[in-house]
Amino acid sequence: MNNPTAQATGAFTEDPDVPEYNVYGADWSETVEEAVRLGQQRIVMNMGPQHPSTHGVLRVMLEIEGETVTETRAGIGYLHTGIEKNMEYRTWTQGVTFCTRMDYVASMAQELVYCLGIEKLLGITDDIPERASILRVLMSELTRIGSHLVAIGTGGNELGATTIMTTSFIGREETFKVIEMITGLRTNNAYIRPGGVAQGLPEGGIKAIRDMIPQVRLRLDELVALQMENPILKGRLKNVAVVDLPSAMSLGITGPILRATGLPYDLRKSDPYCGYETYDFQVPTSTDADAWARMVLRMEECYESLKIVEQCADRLEALGDGPVMVADKKIAWPAQLSIGGDGQGNSPEHIRHIMGESMEALIHHFKLVTEGFDVPAGQVYQATEGPKGLLGVHLVSDGGAKPWRAHFRDPGFNNLQALSLMCEGGQVADVVVAIASIDMVLGGVDR
Amino acid sequence: MTDSQDMQAVEPQGREPLTLINVREGLFSAKGDTSGFDGLIKPVPMPGATERPYGEWFDGVVDILTELLGDRADEAIESVVVDRGELTLYIAAKHLLEVVTHLRDDQDLRFEMCLGVSGVHYPADKGRELHAAYPLLSITHNRHLRVEVAVDENDPHIPSVCSIYPMNNWHERETWDFFGIIFDGHPSLARIEMPDDWVGHPQRKDYPLGGIPIEYKGAEVDSPGERRQYR
Repeated sequence: MNNPTAQATGAFTEDPDVPEYNVYGADWSETVEEAVRLGQQRIVMNMGPQHPSTHGVLRVMLEIEGETVTETRAGIGYLHTGIEKNMEYRTWTQGVTFCTRMDYVASMAQELVYCLGIEKLLGITDDIPERASILRVLMSELTRIGSHLVAIGTGGNELGATTIMTTSFIGREETFKVIEMITGLRTNNAYIRPGGVAQGLPEGGIKAIRDMIPQVRLRLDELVALQMENPILKGRLKNVAVVDLPSAMSLGITGPILRATGLPYDLRKSDPYCGYETYDFQVPTSTDADAWARMVLRMEECYESLKIVEQCADRLEALGDGPVMVADKKIAWPAQLSIGGDGQGNSPEHIRHIMGESMEALIHHFKLVTEGFDVPAGQVYQATEGPKGLLGVHLVSDGGAKPWRAHFRDPGFNNLQALSLMCEGGQVADVVVAIASIDMVLGGVDR
Repeated sequence: MTDSQDMQAVEPQGREPLTLINVREGLFSAKGDTSGFDGLIKPVPMPGATERPYGEWFDGVVDILTELLGDRADEAIESVVVDRGELTLYIAAKHLLEVVTHLRDDQDLRFEMCLGVSGVHYPADKGRELHAAYPLLSITHNRHLRVEVAVDENDPHIPSVCSIYPMNNWHERETWDFFGIIFDGHPSLARIEMPDDWVGHPQRKDYPLGGIPIEYKGAEVDSPGERRQYR
């Protein structure tokens, strides 16, 4: 396939008499025919491939007439790293460290959906200790707050409002302090494991969560004060990038973009997992369906998530210490860590047991870590409410210690299809607003 | 990969052959199986067709679909599998469009959303190597089911559902890109993740993982795809 005509983009030329035509995915001969038929000059502008804020590497091809965008195409694939293929060569537990790196702004949301899928395959969904489920909910909500704050912050930054970005990132850093204290890492945590979580709350964990809540709320309040009555921001976001309910449904859009059209669809309510049905929280909606509505919705969701975090802290305090992994030692990864100064470390107690007391425990530890555990053959689909929308995973097991297939439905991948609808007929300057309001992360889109 | 003798062991009880996920050989992948189990041959099938009653709302959905399809139902619905609380309908490729149209439009079915299409490659499932699994979601009834279509890898054609579920545009491009399933009638079936001039379909099982061996102080560790590891 070394045929140069198979390239997506025609060669650049210095000759002003030769018109240039850009091709996106379609058949080259068809494009030539179309160009001949139209016989007029078109301007095709190429945005990227570049890294606008933290969204990742996205290329947008725009056909413009003056300042008006007449056609938009998104080109993705620049961050494709073959995560799904790689997971087929690793054990089920090792897969956690891969899927956490897809959408790197919402790491633990992906760990959660992947582990819930494995547990469904194993048939141990009901055996997960309550403490582990609460920690999962806690992490999933902290991740949601972090992801939404990045969406709001980078969205502001792309419009030149740096203060929105700095304020958001300070708020996100507060959640990271707690996440780092509990999991040992700020992002790419590999904290949620098949069967539970890697470790329970460290000493002072409850206090850290409680201390964090007002700090995050303070930043959210600051963002509200900064944004809600800001005439420039209103002018840039209101009635821009509108996607109404029928369009959203036909494009399979979920998450804040769908809820901004008035449909209160949230899997935490409609198909609860990890005991979400027992938490008290609201699902904010709006009917404006524009970039402004989505931004406001994300702020409201952050407040709701804080409510859930507060309830998690209460429940964890009431439950006290105890197991955070399933009792089945054939599945429970021996992940008893005690966090040292460097944020990692083995539990001296566990090391003493396997090295000094029990040969069988050592063999068991070795087998479980190197070989992993077998998962009965079959397939499952697990969906959760990720920060960006419906996050799904399709897992197939051939009865072995590695996935036969792991496929993730990243909400950003699906939602990015709406970019054309959001941009066409609008101004060039509104394209960045549309991208920001979709809130995809290309690491997740490309996987 | 296997001979017909081994296949005998997993003859299906339902009317359609079971999906053979894999035929596992030995205990270790790649080279150097020193476990003593290197002669082990074990076919692994998917859970087979389920007998009625399916339970929950599953019977109702299958009944309505059968009624809507009329005399084509027998041909269109290859088998119904209920496993781990999930309903899977194996549908013949040529009837896919009719089936998903009913699934979307009928007021008692109303699966408004298709959450994409996930390709899976089963090289051991002769004549049905490439599978496309469509997770469908009904927001109206709060239900979830999977439609699965199996095709021969030498003739991997499945009709595109883009005319019914426009959201599947990119998902079908991805599955074409990674598995080489051709979705007939797709508006622009171009590669989406791999470069446009890429050769091959990387998620197929016969496509190597790639990577380079790691050298460390004179020793060499094979790349992850070539490494000796448990199956």
